[in-house]
Amino acid sequence: MTQDITGAIDCDMHPRLPTPKALSAHMDEFWRDTVEVRGIDVWDSMAYPANAPFTVRPDWRKARADATPAGLAAATLDRFHFAHGLLNCLFPVQTFRDENLGAAFARATNDWIRHEWLDQDPRLRASLVLPIQSPARSVEEIERLAGDTRFVQVLLLAMGEAPLGKSRYWPIYAAAEKHGLAVGIHAGSSYHQAVTGSGWPSYFIEDYAAQAAGFHTQLGSLICEGVFVKFPKLKVVLIESGVSWLPPYLWRLAKSWRGVRQEVPWLDRSPEEFARDHVRLTLQPFDAPPDAAHIGRIMDQLQSDEMLLFATDFPHWQFDEEAMLPAGLPTELKRKILIDNARATYPRLGSQP
Amino acid sequence: MPRHVVARAEELPPGTRKLVNVAGRDIVIFNIKGELFALSDKCPHKGGSLARGKLTGLVVSAEPGTYQYSRAGEMLRCPWHGWEFDVRTGRSWCDPNRLRLMNYKVSVEPGAALVAGPHVAETFAVAVEDAYIVVETK
Amino acid sequence: MNLDAPFLVEPKSESSADPERQAKSRLKIIDGDVHPALRTPADLKPYLSQRWWEHFQTWGGRRRSGMSYEPYPKSQPRASRRDAWPQEGGAPGSSLRLMREQYLDAYGIEYGMLGPLGLTGQSEFNLDFAGAIASAVNEWQRETFSKPEPRLKSAIVVPYDDGEAAAREIDKRADDPAYAQVFMLTRSQEPAGRKRYWPIYAAAERHGLPVGLHVFGASGHPYTGAGWPSYYIEESSGHSTSCQTVVTSLVMEGVFERFPKLKVVLIEGGFGWLPALTWRLDKLFERMRSEVPHLRRRPSEYIREHIWVTTQPMEEPKDPRHLLDVMEWIGWDRLLFASDYPHWDFDDPVRAFPAGLPRERLQAILTSNGKAVYRLA
Repeated sequence: MTQDITGAIDCDMHPRLPTPKALSAHMDEFWRDTVEVRGIDVWDSMAYPANAPFTVRPDWRKARADATPAGLAAATLDRFHFAHGLLNCLFPVQTFRDENLGAAFARATNDWIRHEWLDQDPRLRASLVLPIQSPARSVEEIERLAGDTRFVQVLLLAMGEAPLGKSRYWPIYAAAEKHGLAVGIHAGSSYHQAVTGSGWPSYFIEDYAAQAAGFHTQLGSLICEGVFVKFPKLKVVLIESGVSWLPPYLWRLAKSWRGVRQEVPWLDRSPEEFARDHVRLTLQPFDAPPDAAHIGRIMDQLQSDEMLLFATDFPHWQFDEEAMLPAGLPTELKRKILIDNARATYPRLGSQP
Repeated sequence: MPRHVVARAEELPPGTRKLVNVAGRDIVIFNIKGELFALSDKCPHKGGSLARGKLTGLVVSAEPGTYQYSRAGEMLRCPWHGWEFDVRTGRSWCDPNRLRLMNYKVSVEPGAALVAGPHVAETFAVAVEDAYIVVETK
Repeated sequence: MNLDAPFLVEPKSESSADPERQAKSRLKIIDGDVHPALRTPADLKPYLSQRWWEHFQTWGGRRRSGMSYEPYPKSQPRASRRDAWPQEGGAPGSSLRLMREQYLDAYGIEYGMLGPLGLTGQSEFNLDFAGAIASAVNEWQRETFSKPEPRLKSAIVVPYDDGEAAAREIDKRADDPAYAQVFMLTRSQEPAGRKRYWPIYAAAERHGLPVGLHVFGASGHPYTGAGWPSYYIEESSGHSTSCQTVVTSLVMEGVFERFPKLKVVLIEGGFGWLPALTWRLDKLFERMRSEVPHLRRRPSEYIREHIWVTTQPMEEPKDPRHLLDVMEWIGWDRLLFASDYPHWDFDDPVRAFPAGLPRERLQAILTSNGKAVYRLA
């Protein structure tokens, strides 16, 4: 049974990862040469093992749906009549310790996205991949491509070297706020340190589960460091984070704040209010039983109709068949999740390239 | 408004506090640089005794990473979860409208015009010149 | 919103017992987290060999955080209630007299589970030193608290990063009824389900003792893969992530397959996080089970059968029904009351619970659940 989701904006889609060689076609002569001379044939992180069923849903894998814009459109945009699909490319530029390499690959990735994807389908939009190793170069990259309004967001990862609220990252937020770009934080790690507070777990399933903890830290950091005080127009999107973890974490943060407010006195209201005003979450995964009763209770805990953004997380295997929306959503709320909240979060969506 | 004698003024020099029970309610009285403040003792959060709380200053900030400190000694922190209350108004800093302590009008009265209360004022020959602390309840 | 529980009468004053109130309450409270403290490190001297006492005097403790105490300054001295400092001197939790007066007697506590923090050997780089201190702390607890005060049950503190030594310590203490649980911290050098820790679970299961993992610990890693946060507010709000790592690892490594009678308690991490994690793990298991073929059941089944959580710090959503939902999702038999006395984020058993909690549920959380988990008699 197809749910009617015509006109929806899919806020999290993943093109198949390009190879370093494919990216080098978008590099200048030196970097193109470097990739070849140094034999950088493969640059994969441990995230999303290529052959794991979760990484590409079996029917999409069979159709190679994530490999081309046409394949992606056939599987999603055409099939469900989405208005837009927002591409988050997970080529691991953040893993390079060399910030020069990181910046070169970030530039190439963004140019690859433009030419190979955005230019091929007018419905596609994208996040600007940033070389987070260097906040200064991240700002340069934002300034280089902010004029292309098909980029609606900048992309960071849930796990890196330091929590993203820290002041060293503020120039990125200043640039994003200036250009009306949202800040997207996607599940994933630069793997420069262990993925849990107790070191490295044995299994990928634990690594993926642990991403929720990364989002905890990032949300707490952005709020408590005063990023939303400093950049009052900024919107942050937590992408592929899990949703149901959020209300209990906000209860805890708000409770702590009442007792230790003096440590962060620039917060002039509860952390919960900052979250409701500035933070959005994509829908998949929604870590809860998919029945209306559970979903309803959790939506009530969220205390906001504006926080959720529809997403398929294509081609990750988050749902079977077409069960991409939780059950039992009231019509008005459904419309907000499918369309309105995304348009409010990504003002650049309305613009023409 | 009933007024109760709770202590002699000399029992509460500047910088001290006293926990008294007035008509069944625990009330803590502070002498902050000569000014008297009386607040209900029970924290409206979870019932900690504010008489055991810490007096600090007011901390505000307009710019992340900076701290502006003023009104030293006029913010009372609950000894349990650290909630802040302005001793002048009883208002909690985090939720100024929803949560406040009952605060009581406090004055220092000369000895002669008093009504006997829980703390029976012992009159000494010199006591007629003594100042008494009187608490008015609502 | 009035969050007072309507069933228990409030204590009139903290510093004296109120027999009338206790009679009215008729609920015998089992507290899963009470923190005893040393008056000074010299309290351990009678229980340490000369060699280790001298080592400690010269070299001190060396924890995996690089700091002698905790890496984030607290919001109140010793992270404690300001009214819990004993008049006779010493830190909060060091005076049995005050603990009785202010807490055990005042609230009618039937049993309190001790959880020592600080100088315990846990998180030490030097694992031999860790074992010596842990052993001394276990004897100190028993002599200073449990022997004179049978309401207080000691914990078998173990140098968990040395699995074999930890198992030996458990074997040494397990027959002594003063001890009600094995005690670890949530931030261990590797995730808690890894095989180096299995001797601990084997010993605990063998002796029928639950394993309590209390938040904190210095693993040598930042608190999450996102790095070290700046502020105490972030640190103190982030403990649940370490509990999530413990639960995820215990489940995925197959600890509950290997030790089917093992009981595990997550202490002082609150509990709001558990339903979301459980659902997340079940969903991931559907997609990724070929990576963990040793698991024969779904994560939620293992969690439902083997994991308990203490209630402190109690969540405080604006609408108490949200909290009741969470409690229902976890399971009314899985929640264990804890006060965290004498710490500042202490939960008063009279006032901590959400409005609308039915009396029989409250009774289970305060008493009968703890009786099913801890070895009390």
